[in-house]
Amino acid sequence: MNILIFGCGRTGAALALGLSTDHQVTIIEQNPEALRRLGQRHKCKVVIGSGLDEDILVRAGIKEADVFIAVTRGDNTNLMAAQIAQLSYGVKRICVRVADPYRADAYRNLGFFCITPSLILAGMMTDWIDEKPYQTADAYNVIKNEVQI
Amino acid sequence: MYMILVGGGNVGAQLAKRLIAREHEVLLMEKDSRQAQRLASMLGENSIYVGDGCEIQTQRDAGFGRADVVVAVTGEDEDNLVVCQMAKTVWNVNRVLARVNDPSHEALFQSIGVNQTISATGIIYSLLDQQISSDDLIPVGALQRGSIEVVEAVLSNRSPVIGMAVRDLKLPPQTNIVWLIRDDQGHIVDGTTTFQDGDTLVAVVPQVHAGALREILHPEF
Repeated sequence: MNILIFGCGRTGAALALGLSTDHQVTIIEQNPEALRRLGQRHKCKVVIGSGLDEDILVRAGIKEADVFIAVTRGDNTNLMAAQIAQLSYGVKRICVRVADPYRADAYRNLGFFCITPSLILAGMMTDWIDEKPYQTADAYNVIKNEVQI
Repeated sequence: MYMILVGGGNVGAQLAKRLIAREHEVLLMEKDSRQAQRLASMLGENSIYVGDGCEIQTQRDAGFGRADVVVAVTGEDEDNLVVCQMAKTVWNVNRVLARVNDPSHEALFQSIGVNQTISATGIIYSLLDQQISSDDLIPVGALQRGSIEVVEAVLSNRSPVIGMAVRDLKLPPQTNIVWLIRDDQGHIVDGTTTFQDGDTLVAVVPQVHAGALREILHPEF
């Protein structure tokens, strides 16, 4: 598959390195410094620039992308990039990291897979403490007890 | 009318000042507390909300639920997009306006249901473009997202329309000269109006025909 990843932070880099053994991976990152996370011998295509810039997206091959993943630090940046991918380029499978669980909730019905890392961490840790089996991401992604995070 | 503005930079502050002067109920949201303090001393405590306008909790506190208009004027398109989208989908705000910094993002804003987008970059660019292409056809407004323009033209004695009546001009399709300023007085234009040196015309013209109108009024440019 052609996989386009926007954001070469720890998540983006780990994802890119893991996926690139079996897939064609392109990573878009604004800060050239961040690319060191990929190491020297990676097989990813790298495009420097913003994933909100359509010229950059096209250069990164969004027209051929099967999957688009937005994992920059900015929730709004991720959500906007995802919508450009969906509405302007018709990418079918889109995964977005949204740190704010309420914002993630508001966007989930748009057809993205919205992941809120803090909820998943808290859920997994709770299950570990209770010695229960781990659940699916969707089960963890639900806001419990109106938590303010 | 209750209007919420998100983003307390220059655009937000100036906009809020004018809307408050017109006696609207205005709330300007700014997440940086020091900037919010400056805004409060300029616009009054009651008009400022310190908080991130992209968060549902702050939106609830700020009263998005009863807002008539939400305007997103931060310097970041992604923030403006999320503010507008949540105003529409979570709070059902009737009219939502966004400042768009990158003109190529305007289509996205419109496709998610933002009622009006304003791109300063786009406006300045088109003004600049037209200033370069001609000195005398000055855009003063845009209708239908720029597909129809309101333009102003000052007639010099070199213009071939001097001494001609409006009905004798071969204007481009759907083009109307609607107003004339002569000796600082405005006049309504009809078919019998005859042009003089120094007249300022105001015309409504489809953008695609602006060049043709320019040709008629100022063929030397």
